[in-house]
Amino acid sequence: MATVELRFSASPEHVRTARLVAAAVARRAGVHESVLDELRLAVGEACSRAVGLHAVHGLTSPVRVMLTEGEKSFSIEVGDDAPSGVPAPRDQSAAEAAEETDELGLAVISGLVDDVEVISDAYGGKIRMSWPTATASLS
Amino acid sequence: MDLSLSTRTVGDRTVVEVGGEIDVYTAPKLREQLVELVNDGNHHLVVDMERVDFLDSTGLGVLVGGLKRVRAQEGSLRLVCNQERILKIFRITGLTKVFPIHESVDEAIAATD
Repeated sequence: MATVELRFSASPEHVRTARLVAAAVARRAGVHESVLDELRLAVGEACSRAVGLHAVHGLTSPVRVMLTEGEKSFSIEVGDDAPSGVPAPRDQSAAEAAEETDELGLAVISGLVDDVEVISDAYGGKIRMSWPTATASLS
Repeated sequence: MDLSLSTRTVGDRTVVEVGGEIDVYTAPKLREQLVELVNDGNHHLVVDMERVDFLDSTGLGVLVGGLKRVRAQEGSLRLVCNQERILKIFRITGLTKVFPIHESVDEAIAATD
């Protein structure tokens, strides 16, 4: 079970809230201060991507963020409800722009986070990222 | 924190001072500002990011879009940034090769390629 679970309606204005909550929970879990900036950016990228996917697919369901404090690591999962596979775009230029930003977002995440995977679950897609906690690096 | 934008003209350069957070919510405001400036004939832009606290890929996308627009007018778009955490995002996306990044507004204004 997640330590903190956040669901927010898929609108850009809530992504900042998700970033702040994730950073606060990560700090409490013992993630080193020096990586909190990166964590904040990575979770923001994942949430922005989910918000974008919900918009493209016309989904009204919320974006899910699961923050889990493990024994030696802190993990964040950002889940969307977008079906896998890209649908035929209605507006080519808008779809291309969305795709460019999406790729840039994934590039940022993979550049920042060593432990990251993009998977599909029963609902849609999910980005799972994790960081070592201070107790893990000491042991 | 929201996004703050202000512009001033120095010779043939237009300096856009950006402050606060550039993310998926605020980036459209920056895009509008850059589009408006280029449409009004300002083709040599200096984007001062010294007071930016946060930048994500949506913001990077807007800056790349701005660069495309000014280049179409044979103009330029230069960035001013000294903050390591912001510069890191440009590095991991390879965009340090795309944008001229300067240490000060004066340096960016004086630059001619």
